[in-house]
Amino acid sequence: MFYKDIGELLVLFWKTLQELPQAWRHRRKIFEQLFEIGNASLFMVGLLSLFIGGVLALQTGPVFKDRGVVSFVGGMVGLAMAKELGPVMMAILIAGRVGSAMAAEIGSMLIFQEIDALKTMNINPVRFLVLPRFVAIAIAMPCLVVLATLVGWMGGAIVSVANSEIALTFDGYFNSLKDMVGPLDMLNGSIKSLVFSQIIVFVSCHQGLNTRGGPRGVGRSVTKAVVNSIILILIADYFLTRIMIKW
Amino acid sequence: MVNSANKTGAAGISAEVRNLRKQFDGEPVLRGINLNVQPGEIFVIMGPSGSGKSVLLRHIIGLETPDSGEVFVGGKPVSDAVLSEFRLAMVFQSGALLNSFTVTENVGLYLTEHQTKSESEIKKIVAEKLELVGLTGHEDRLPSELSGGMKKRVAIARALVIEPQLMLYDEPTSELDPVMAATIGHEISRLRQRTGTTSIVVTHDRDLAFGIADRMALIHEGQIRCVGTPAEIRTQTDPIVNDFLNAEFSLKRKTKSL
Ligand SMILES: Nc1ncnc2c1ncn2[C@@H]1O[C@H](COP(=O)(O)OP(=O)(O)OP(=O)(O)O)[C@@H](O)[C@H]1O
Ligand SMILES: [Mg+2]
Repeated sequence: MFYKDIGELLVLFWKTLQELPQAWRHRRKIFEQLFEIGNASLFMVGLLSLFIGGVLALQTGPVFKDRGVVSFVGGMVGLAMAKELGPVMMAILIAGRVGSAMAAEIGSMLIFQEIDALKTMNINPVRFLVLPRFVAIAIAMPCLVVLATLVGWMGGAIVSVANSEIALTFDGYFNSLKDMVGPLDMLNGSIKSLVFSQIIVFVSCHQGLNTRGGPRGVGRSVTKAVVNSIILILIADYFLTRIMIKW
Repeated sequence: MVNSANKTGAAGISAEVRNLRKQFDGEPVLRGINLNVQPGEIFVIMGPSGSGKSVLLRHIIGLETPDSGEVFVGGKPVSDAVLSEFRLAMVFQSGALLNSFTVTENVGLYLTEHQTKSESEIKKIVAEKLELVGLTGHEDRLPSELSGGMKKRVAIARALVIEPQLMLYDEPTSELDPVMAATIGHEISRLRQRTGTTSIVVTHDRDLAFGIADRMALIHEGQIRCVGTPAEIRTQTDPIVNDFLNAEFSLKRKTKSL
């Protein structure tokens, strides 16, 4: 069952890649999807990463201070947000907000025979439904992760300065951050987020297209889409980190 | 047959079904169907509810794969390639409109997706088809804001826009009032006159069936019970066919005899 799903995912991935030259012609649907994704996630991304950055500083600041390296907080938050928490937390958030919507929409189109209707009109469902989502999320995710990283850094900075047990200056925080975080680390996060975005879009669309039964089947597809996406994201995260560790 | 005034250069195409069998979960639905529909013909399929008419149509347009047997459209085994070579269309029993799209977007879908015409042309064609099915003024509604019969009419308009060479109608008039049903029946034969379209019409509506059919077939328990011209069918002696075609509400007679 697991292997079958993976196989079908790869087939769907391949079919979508073949449609890629058609992307420009379908730019309107891509913009619509981009808007949907941004609309569904921008505020949440900002809020979530502000608090993640803040709590990272709060957890590590006092420990670093005891050992006389309090300025490391900047670099620590900087690296953690850019390479790990930014991409992973945002991917999980997007899987929940956007992946679930994709699975639900495509699943309900399937059970109401809308996808059959597309086929009879010689409209390829992969091109019509998967391609715009694929392109849109591949553009949106890295941007959202960069945003999340920046906001997370700010969250860390605010806590480091405002909390009396850390009591760092903005300059101290960002100097250490600049010292430890380089462009490659940002690239690292962007690559991760790109891979995660592909996991989300293909797992969700695949679940949607394989919906069985009625509305309850749609519910099941949505749950599976989110859970499977998150599992695959965390597994992929380990291996991506392993590959990029020497950068 | 009647494809002299062929504007688009696309005459109707034949459809053939050979010994088609299909079962769902071990339950046989189609038990060896044979059909041969000529180019330009209007072929009506009747039969009791649940006898497999919709399933048969889904096979003809390639949405289901047969367990055994073959389906040919335009002389070629039905496949994705055939679907792009010929223009086919189907009016689903449920309408199958895209629920997130407005009426206009649904009706224009084929043209906007295949980008064969300019936007102003598409607008014109959509308006024309909507007027034909009496839905002018409802352009910007979503399917959820329409009545059952209105949805069906949008589905018919959406299929007409394709100007198909083979058109499958799954109960096109089942939710329509008699006047609109007559309009649709008229449009089915007008489409043939204009572009030579082959039509396969599944219906329970005996008036429509005898009104438009060149030939008709009756499906019973997954098999073709009889095929012929309306005149031939009327003179059938098969009791099942007769029962089906002559069923009447007999409440009045019963109460009288009491
Ligand atoms: N996807 C499916 N899975 C399982 N059974 C199915 C499926 N589609 C159709 N059937 C079964 O096939 C039989 C024929 O269905 P079909 O929809 O073709 O009937 P029909 O002749 O169109 O009836 P009606 O006139 O009521 O529309 C029914 O018994 C139905 O339960
Ligand atoms: Mg039916």
